[in-house]
Amino acid sequence: MTAGYGDRPAIEDIDLAVESGSLLAVVGPNGAGKSTLLKVMAGLIEPWTGRVEILGGAPGREAHRVAYVPQAETVDWAFPVSVADVVMMGRYPLLGPLRRPGAADRRHVDEALVKVGMADHRQTQIGRLSGGQRRRVFIARALAADPALYLLDEPVTGIDATTQDDLMDILEGESRRGRTVVATTHDLAAAAQRFERVAAINHRVIAVGPASLILDPDLLSRTYGGHLLVLGNQTVVLDDAHHHDQAGEGETHYHEDAQRTR
Amino acid sequence: MNPILDPLAYQFFLRALLASVVAGTVCAVVGSYVVLKGLAFIGDAVAHAAFPGVVVAYLVGAPYAIGGGIAAFLTAISIGWISRRSHIRVDTAIGVVFAGAFALGVFLYSGIKGFVGDLFGFLVGDILAISAGDLIALLILSAIVLGTVAILWKELLYSTFDPLGAAASGLPVAALEYLFLGLVAITIVISLQAVGIILVVAMLVTPAATAQLMTVRLTRMIVLAAVIGATTSVAGLYLSYWLDVASGATIVLVQTATFIAALAVARTAGILRRQPTTTPG
Repeated sequence: MTAGYGDRPAIEDIDLAVESGSLLAVVGPNGAGKSTLLKVMAGLIEPWTGRVEILGGAPGREAHRVAYVPQAETVDWAFPVSVADVVMMGRYPLLGPLRRPGAADRRHVDEALVKVGMADHRQTQIGRLSGGQRRRVFIARALAADPALYLLDEPVTGIDATTQDDLMDILEGESRRGRTVVATTHDLAAAAQRFERVAAINHRVIAVGPASLILDPDLLSRTYGGHLLVLGNQTVVLDDAHHHDQAGEGETHYHEDAQRTR
Repeated sequence: MNPILDPLAYQFFLRALLASVVAGTVCAVVGSYVVLKGLAFIGDAVAHAAFPGVVVAYLVGAPYAIGGGIAAFLTAISIGWISRRSHIRVDTAIGVVFAGAFALGVFLYSGIKGFVGDLFGFLVGDILAISAGDLIALLILSAIVLGTVAILWKELLYSTFDPLGAAASGLPVAALEYLFLGLVAITIVISLQAVGIILVVAMLVTPAATAQLMTVRLTRMIVLAAVIGATTSVAGLYLSYWLDVASGATIVLVQTATFIAALAVARTAGILRRQPTTTPG
């Protein structure tokens, strides 16, 4: 499968099978096409060539069973919605047109908020939250949708270690329940330790396999090219872990985590 | 002599009062989304682009609302289409399309021989001149707009807040976008007679922006905007009647004054709220 923007392909000849119930990290350097891959899977971008099947249909066909969490930078944080409002949006696709959220939907929202530890902030306007809390809310929205497949774009990038651990615990739990989790990440340590499988991508699929694969220096150098440095037994990736892929049109980047550390 | 009740004895004033309340409300509801989507400039463009439609309707003897509505909607669609299909930025596309459309309106208007006072009314608004038939059309269009917003409440909310997430969850975000532009076009037609093409963007944006200063919940923002839109329209109408000045401009000035007052209150409240935490430490 090949896909891209304008006349520039972002990913080429991608051949990837994701087993259901797996916990897969998609790793690769900036601009490797990780987000593009996720958007194709979410049905947001049409592939140029090739065939993609998600939950037994074309991408987007089973949209109500897929929860996609975009990179945190793509929404307007000043928007007048509360934490509970945002999480309730996860229920909208299941309701279909015309129907209003009911008691069952509110229960799902409450459960999701408890799971991510945000139950005390349900009425807070989202812009007043810290970066880590915002990420928790978006994961809660995905949980509230009770999906078969999670597509998460950089869910643990740029947030504090506690939040990273909590979110990974939740994703692990979802994978144990038979839900499939596909997440892009810059964090190779997290990919190696907390995910079951990795797909290393740099425009093409470099390798797919168990998470320990990511510690192989040869694989790393093929994925990251010149951005890699091997010092003795220590592998150092010269890839800014806190920098995101290039912002698309209309996206704003926030770097508040650095400032909000208390 | 009672300055509030006396004008109500006139049919034309009652019609104008009802029209301004309804137009003020509908504009504020749709305007809340316009503000949140960052579409103020598109609102202004679509309003100006209604002018050639109104002139053509005058020339062929069709209802103004239909001519203006079609022109406004076509402009909204073509702005979206140009910015989607080419490398031109959306604000540039708006500038090109709306100036071109408005120029076409002025071109056609200036070619008409004889008295065209009716048409001039559409540029600056003349709500006291609204006919019973226009008022009925306005009420029907308003019901359509408010009904659509109520029915598609959660879809509009999700696709406005997070278009990517909404699209991925299966909502037809592009179709909702076009539908919303259609609602903006209808709303502009509704308010043309009240405030006119040049000032209609204020009816859309100012009450919504005022409400945004006062709350952080969408429902409350829309309700507040509607209340502000309706009351400022009534206040502006009375003021213009007493002072014998243009109604549209007076309504907009009352709305602007309300916004400035809300801004001052919000700033003061913000400073007061922040004071305890600004102690060094």
